[in-house]
Amino acid sequence: MSVVREVALLLWKDVVVELRAKELLFGTVFFGAILVLIFAFAFYGGERPPVDVMSGVLWVAIALSGTLAIGRAFEREREGNTLRALLLAPISRSSLYLSKLIAIALLMAIVELVVAVLLSFMLHASLIEHVLSLAALLLLGTVGFGAVASLFGAALGRARSRDVLLPLLVYPLSVPVLIAGTRATTALLLGEDASFWLKFLLVYDAIFISIGVWVFEPVAVSE
Amino acid sequence: MKRLGPFYLLCLAVAVIGLAICPTLVVLAPRETTMGFVQKIFYYHVQSAWLCFMAVFVCAGGSAAYLFGKSEAGDRVAVAGGELAVLFGICTLVTGPLWARKAWGAYWQWDVRLTTTLLLLMIFVAYLFSRRYGGPGSKKLAAGLALFGAADVPLIYLSVSIWRTIHPKTTVVSSLQPGMRGPFWAAFATFACLFVVLFGMRMALERSRAKLDELYLAAEDAGLLDGDA
Amino acid sequence: MYGRQRALQPVDLTLEPNQITALLGENGAGKSTLLGILATLISPSSGEVLYHAPGNVALEDQALRRTIGVIAHDSFCYGDLTGRENLSFFSRLYRVADAMKRTDALLARVGIEAAADRPARTYSRGMMQRLAVARALIHSPAILLCDEPFTGLDRSGVQMFSQILREERGRGAIVLVVTHEFEAIAGLVDRVLVLSRGALVHDGPAPSACTAVEIERIYTSAQRLRAPSAAGTGKG
Repeated sequence: MSVVREVALLLWKDVVVELRAKELLFGTVFFGAILVLIFAFAFYGGERPPVDVMSGVLWVAIALSGTLAIGRAFEREREGNTLRALLLAPISRSSLYLSKLIAIALLMAIVELVVAVLLSFMLHASLIEHVLSLAALLLLGTVGFGAVASLFGAALGRARSRDVLLPLLVYPLSVPVLIAGTRATTALLLGEDASFWLKFLLVYDAIFISIGVWVFEPVAVSE
Repeated sequence: MKRLGPFYLLCLAVAVIGLAICPTLVVLAPRETTMGFVQKIFYYHVQSAWLCFMAVFVCAGGSAAYLFGKSEAGDRVAVAGGELAVLFGICTLVTGPLWARKAWGAYWQWDVRLTTTLLLLMIFVAYLFSRRYGGPGSKKLAAGLALFGAADVPLIYLSVSIWRTIHPKTTVVSSLQPGMRGPFWAAFATFACLFVVLFGMRMALERSRAKLDELYLAAEDAGLLDGDA
Repeated sequence: MYGRQRALQPVDLTLEPNQITALLGENGAGKSTLLGILATLISPSSGEVLYHAPGNVALEDQALRRTIGVIAHDSFCYGDLTGRENLSFFSRLYRVADAMKRTDALLARVGIEAAADRPARTYSRGMMQRLAVARALIHSPAILLCDEPFTGLDRSGVQMFSQILREERGRGAIVLVVTHEFEAIAGLVDRVLVLSRGALVHDGPAPSACTAVEIERIYTSAQRLRAPSAAGTGKG
């Protein structure tokens, strides 16, 4: 019970800080939008690009802007060294990990909404017809990506080359998320069954959140 | 190197003899009808792949012991395992395409084993990166990565295998011709012993390094050195 | 321990309640490491730290962290939150009873109530430091660890903070102050520790005439000694 209370409190703090600064939200959304534009220039040759390209663009945009968001979210906790203050506070480490994970998922939900809408307009992807399945898919995928990225975002706190290392550590580990995400999106767009990939993502999330909670304390805390 | 156990010496002997003999055994082994000479890469490739996976689990085990048992020895096991995973991973990925060019007509196919090995290699290259550039606390960071990496293997395998539903058939060990089995297992024994030898040397290096640090500090405490290291 | 440098030699030390202890030492002497160990952020490569609550109960983990307050180089506060929001956030993290009242009282105590509803980003260095002090005191910690707490404070701020430290001592807290500013701790401290190159080279009561000059004299004479290290554990 106390974990829920702590997570809620930390999450409230993250949301209030972001509502004041708005920097993460604007930065990440704008970045996501630019990515879609770049992909549109790269792939759009007059005809409607194949479905594969749509789902690829969507998930690449998620992976890139997600890394940007995580890096910046922990950078912010470094400003007054507040991450240290949180580690000193009498709360469980898991709360800290879970609250960052949820905060990132919330932020990414907005980014994904913008990216998906842009994709529908600019690349004529018919994403609207599968809104609910797509939402579930994006949620599961984002949480899986965030589970890995939040851990390493926090753990890289003291590394000088953290901006380079974060994607280097996170992308290979989240390949299953990207494969599952793109395959399922393609399946949805073609009107096929994507339930296998949804279940796959659920399993991935469960495994990586468990390991994340388990290793967050030894990996991210003590020096 | 005074504390070499008999097991280590045995492995060293097998590795040395094996490396001398195996090429001959491999050449003498029956020539496979469809693939011809290229099939012989098999005697290096499969062993490397198995030992790469072996090294991954050694690294993950050592990392777990380091993270949860605060065991410095665990960390040494993990470094040795991580480096061997990269070494044997590279061997696998270099030898694989040589065979694939003949078998599949292309150096690279998104075959599930190839892809999984490639990703595994990338994760463990990242492991070595994070040890090198991770700053203070990098050992723990890397240990976390090793655990995530090991847990990721089955998921990568599963996702890639379903993503590529039509994967090229690969010949499996059980379908080997009788004449090939001898050289195959001889090569395996050689590689496994080489693995143990390299692993032992890497551990010994780390042990010496720790010992050196200890002595240095002891000397400093005894006032034999002037503080600034 | 990075490479061959040991940040801290074995230190055998017992910190007492109702005492303000000054920890002196040049840069890189291991003061921050010792503080980090006491604050539970760094686990020592050998040895242990024992914390005893009244009644000699050994504390662990979360219960332990609740009894420790830290003032560091960094403010530990969010620039985008107001001073009041910062305090109320941390008071809830520390589960302070009657958080509102405590927040108001501390804002008044450190003298920033006029700026309480402005984002902390707009604070001057001195106001930020006052906020950091209030933040560290929010849960009335039994152990107060201060790393260069006087930096950024003006004369009245230093006086205010010294008074706060006296009050905390009177309340029965263990107070450890790492500082270079002998002037600020003159007449304030009860005990002086000097670290040099990671070794504790001086541990004694504050001089009876506790002036900056006297403290400096202790500091410089202790620096000259390069005491052989004592094996053992650190206790707090």
